[in-house]
Amino acid sequence: MSELATNRPVNSAAMKISDEVAIQISAMNKWYGTFHVLHDINLTVYRGERIVICGPSGSGKSTLIRCINRLEEHQQGTIMVDGTELSSDLKNIDRIRSEVGMVFQHFNLFPHLTILENCTLAPIWVRKTPKKEAEEVAMHFLRKVKIPEQANKYPGQLSGGQQQRVAIARSLCMKPRIMLFDEPTSALDPEMIKEVLDTMIELAEEGMTMLCVTHEMGFAQAVANRVIFMDQGQIVEQNEPREFFNNPQSDRTKLFLSQILGH
Amino acid sequence: MTDTPDRESSYVRTAMLPPQTAPSTQVGAIRWVRENLFSSWLNAILTILSIYFVWTIVSSIYPWLANSVWDATSLTDCRAKMDERLGEGVRSACFAVISDRWQQLVFGFYPQNGYWRPPTALIVFLIAIAPVLFTQLPRKMLWFTMIAPILIFTLLWGGSIWAPISVALGFVVGFIAYRVIGSRFSALLAVLAAIILPILYWLTLSGTVNSALSAIAPIGLPYVESKDFGGFTLSIVIGLTSIMLSLPLGILLALGRQSNLFIINKVSVVFIEVIRGVPLIVWLFTAQLLLNYFLPKGTNFDLMLRVIIMVTLFSSAYIAEVIRGGLAALPKGQYEAADALGLDYWKSMRLIVLPQALKISIPGIVSSFIGLFKDTTLVAFIGMYDPIGLTGSIRASTDWNGVYWELYIFVGLIFFIFCFSMSRYSMYLERKLHRGNR
Repeated sequence: MSELATNRPVNSAAMKISDEVAIQISAMNKWYGTFHVLHDINLTVYRGERIVICGPSGSGKSTLIRCINRLEEHQQGTIMVDGTELSSDLKNIDRIRSEVGMVFQHFNLFPHLTILENCTLAPIWVRKTPKKEAEEVAMHFLRKVKIPEQANKYPGQLSGGQQQRVAIARSLCMKPRIMLFDEPTSALDPEMIKEVLDTMIELAEEGMTMLCVTHEMGFAQAVANRVIFMDQGQIVEQNEPREFFNNPQSDRTKLFLSQILGH
Repeated sequence: MTDTPDRESSYVRTAMLPPQTAPSTQVGAIRWVRENLFSSWLNAILTILSIYFVWTIVSSIYPWLANSVWDATSLTDCRAKMDERLGEGVRSACFAVISDRWQQLVFGFYPQNGYWRPPTALIVFLIAIAPVLFTQLPRKMLWFTMIAPILIFTLLWGGSIWAPISVALGFVVGFIAYRVIGSRFSALLAVLAAIILPILYWLTLSGTVNSALSAIAPIGLPYVESKDFGGFTLSIVIGLTSIMLSLPLGILLALGRQSNLFIINKVSVVFIEVIRGVPLIVWLFTAQLLLNYFLPKGTNFDLMLRVIIMVTLFSSAYIAEVIRGGLAALPKGQYEAADALGLDYWKSMRLIVLPQALKISIPGIVSSFIGLFKDTTLVAFIGMYDPIGLTGSIRASTDWNGVYWELYIFVGLIFFIFCFSMSRYSMYLERKLHRGNR
């Protein structure tokens, strides 16, 4: 069994799931050209859920969460986010994107802007928040991810872990109702993985709806309420973490878990 | 890690060592000379040869420059003074041609009593551009930048000051239309109104506004025709105007070439490739001769304006390609992060993509500008008197028949000052925008 890469205590009792639907994906298919990347995806996410998506590389897990905020376009089926259907209507897309935060593997901070400017940019230009107020909100979230003292530096001056925490704060400044994490710790050194995971656990405890593509199985066990295993563009197995890790049903899942945990 | 039994393999450092000062052979001028000039036998020989080569050139040019004659009225007079001062038959530079004819080189055929106007216009331009180039200057100066084009136009061409003002009012009309309609109706309607209303204004009202205002307060300067512009005034007016206009056009073309919209993409590609694929001189001849065929009979479309348009289009095609390089160099993650935050296309371009792409493209953009500025001398071929063209007409006078080097050195020097300042500015900008790694 893999361990959680941080020794922070996890307060599972605080993580509550309501029966309000946050994301509903039904019969969704996606192709890259003629290549069928996502095959008949059906997934309902309730508000407050923490879902970890895992699977071998190329299984379509990143593509799946990138479809949720339309960084990738799906060709068949429907995706409803907060009751709005994702279609090619630009207005809908921009509205959904400002409600859904996303954290990338390579942080993707804006290198020409300071940390504070990175965090206030979208609130000021998308939400039309006054600059003063946006800065207060930004400082609030920078304190939350424990780097308020870096506010006036540029991303290039920060370590990877700090950059990823800024990226999380930047998303939070838009007050999103759903957060997507696309392998947030894969580009980090072990020491820095811990600080990013701490931040993510704190978010989970506050009841944020989270979808994480990650290889941190310890995080999946401690924080997730559901683990989804994908292979070849299909959802192969999903279950609550205890069952998923102790009693996997599919042969593919067993093989994957033995490879990823067997050392 | 190997498993070989080795007594040395186990070691624990108990104290970390402090840094020490470098040995004396590693610092100072002696080290520099040894490393850079005499690091090997071959290097030493090359150093000595180069010093000899530089010395030969300098020692033969220096007397020619140092003994130059500045006070003479003609080449014959100049030679007489050389004989008198330096001895029979010794020749040196005769810069008297510059002190005698510099006004012609700088102003062309601009009326003599208006010689103060082009330099004043240049100063107005420099003050107006300063807050754009140096962000540490107060932002309020940008208000002056907004009205500067009106001042510069009036200073250069003269006429009533109300003419450019009444034209500029069209932009104000467009802006107000955009704001008013944008706040009540859709953004698309606002853009359309911001384009259509000013055009209607220019076609109908602006003439009346101009004559009304001129009747009330006749302020203005004597009118100067475009064909009287010459020398550096001409080069600088064409060069700087084209530089100012080609940057925004180049940005739009670069974005167009990257666009997913089929028509916009193809129009940009065809435009860029056609403009770049044909020499500038051909476009200048087109501006001079061909356009008259297409324009209605009797329309008098200023030649200088036509040249400015052609040079702008030509340069914008190059700039578009340079900026495209910058856009391509940006990691895809930057576009995605901007999208994921809900920024729309124009906002993500303006706030995220272009600031970074332009920063990457600065050296290329400035190279294009320097090239453009020097290419303005090509207008000599279509009958405009740029500095090079004027050296010919100065030589055509009997006084200065036979002077070559001195004129070209002067023209070259002025061009060098402009181009070198642009190059230094670009290096300053690159240093200023350098933010950590990545």
